[in-house]
Amino acid sequence: MIYVNGKPAAVEAPATIRDVLIGAEIDPRTPGIAVAVDAEVARRGVWDTREVPDGARVEVLTATQGG
Amino acid sequence: MTAPLVIAGRELRSRLLLGTGGFTRLQTLGDAIDASGAELVTVAMRRLDAAAEGSILDVVAERGVDVLPNTAGCFTARDAVRTARLAREALQTDWVKLEVIGDERTLLPDAPELLVAAEELVEDGFVVLPYTNDDPVLARRLQDAGCAAVMPLGSPIGSGMGIANPANLTLIVEQAGVPVILDAGVGTASDAALAIELGCDAVLCASAISRAIDPVAMARAIALAVQAGVLARGAGRIERRTHARASSPPEGMAELAE
Repeated sequence: MIYVNGKPAAVEAPATIRDVLIGAEIDPRTPGIAVAVDAEVARRGVWDTREVPDGARVEVLTATQGG
Repeated sequence: MTAPLVIAGRELRSRLLLGTGGFTRLQTLGDAIDASGAELVTVAMRRLDAAAEGSILDVVAERGVDVLPNTAGCFTARDAVRTARLAREALQTDWVKLEVIGDERTLLPDAPELLVAAEELVEDGFVVLPYTNDDPVLARRLQDAGCAAVMPLGSPIGSGMGIANPANLTLIVEQAGVPVILDAGVGTASDAALAIELGCDAVLCASAISRAIDPVAMARAIALAVQAGVLARGAGRIERRTHARASSPPEGMAELAE
């Protein structure tokens, strides 16, 4: 199981970050988003290749009102 | 003071920065951006809600201003540094308004964690604008750590209590070698004017504008107050005196007693 923003994603582990995002119904082309895998930033350039292991916690952040 | 504000080599014509928290409608936020004249607006970093309608990033782009991501909600240096790195990745800016909060109830900064995070982010190439206590020693330490500005609070975030300790703010301004931006506590226009009169280079407002009954009117009022503060400071205020000093002449009074 891979968790995206705290919820299980519909994807079999291991999977690329891109596939994990799609499994969580997030379009990887969405502008203004960033991804952390187990709290470490995963740059956009590695989304197609880096594999996310089983049990990983993926966070997908964007800008919201604040401050 | 009439010269543009320069932070990390970037010229800003407006000395008012707008925080985007608390607006109930994106349209109002956009109109307040215009009314404020701000060129930099803060945003927070939160989990993507794929179902959300309308993005603050669209509003910001439409109004032609730039985002300043913050690390609001972080209670440790580690979380703040990670959030700043995610913001850089998401928004393609290495500027960050660094917040490391120490207490839920007051939202006051955690000084040791703030300094650790500032040092780490400066080392990592960020332009760091730290939200700090109104503590002159901490402000100096942040400046020495390489921060591009310091952002002391006037009073707690969202409290609207204005500048609780003007003497400390004056000490911070006196020793500052980087811009000082009053952050947090502004309740209304006069607070913003006072901050500039005391020597601050700029003011950041969020709640005072977003939670006003008419946010767009308040954005305009605070923008004008900042300009008034700049003019007043340049004009030079009179000294405070214990006793009165008549402005009408003492000579030439008529004999009117019976």
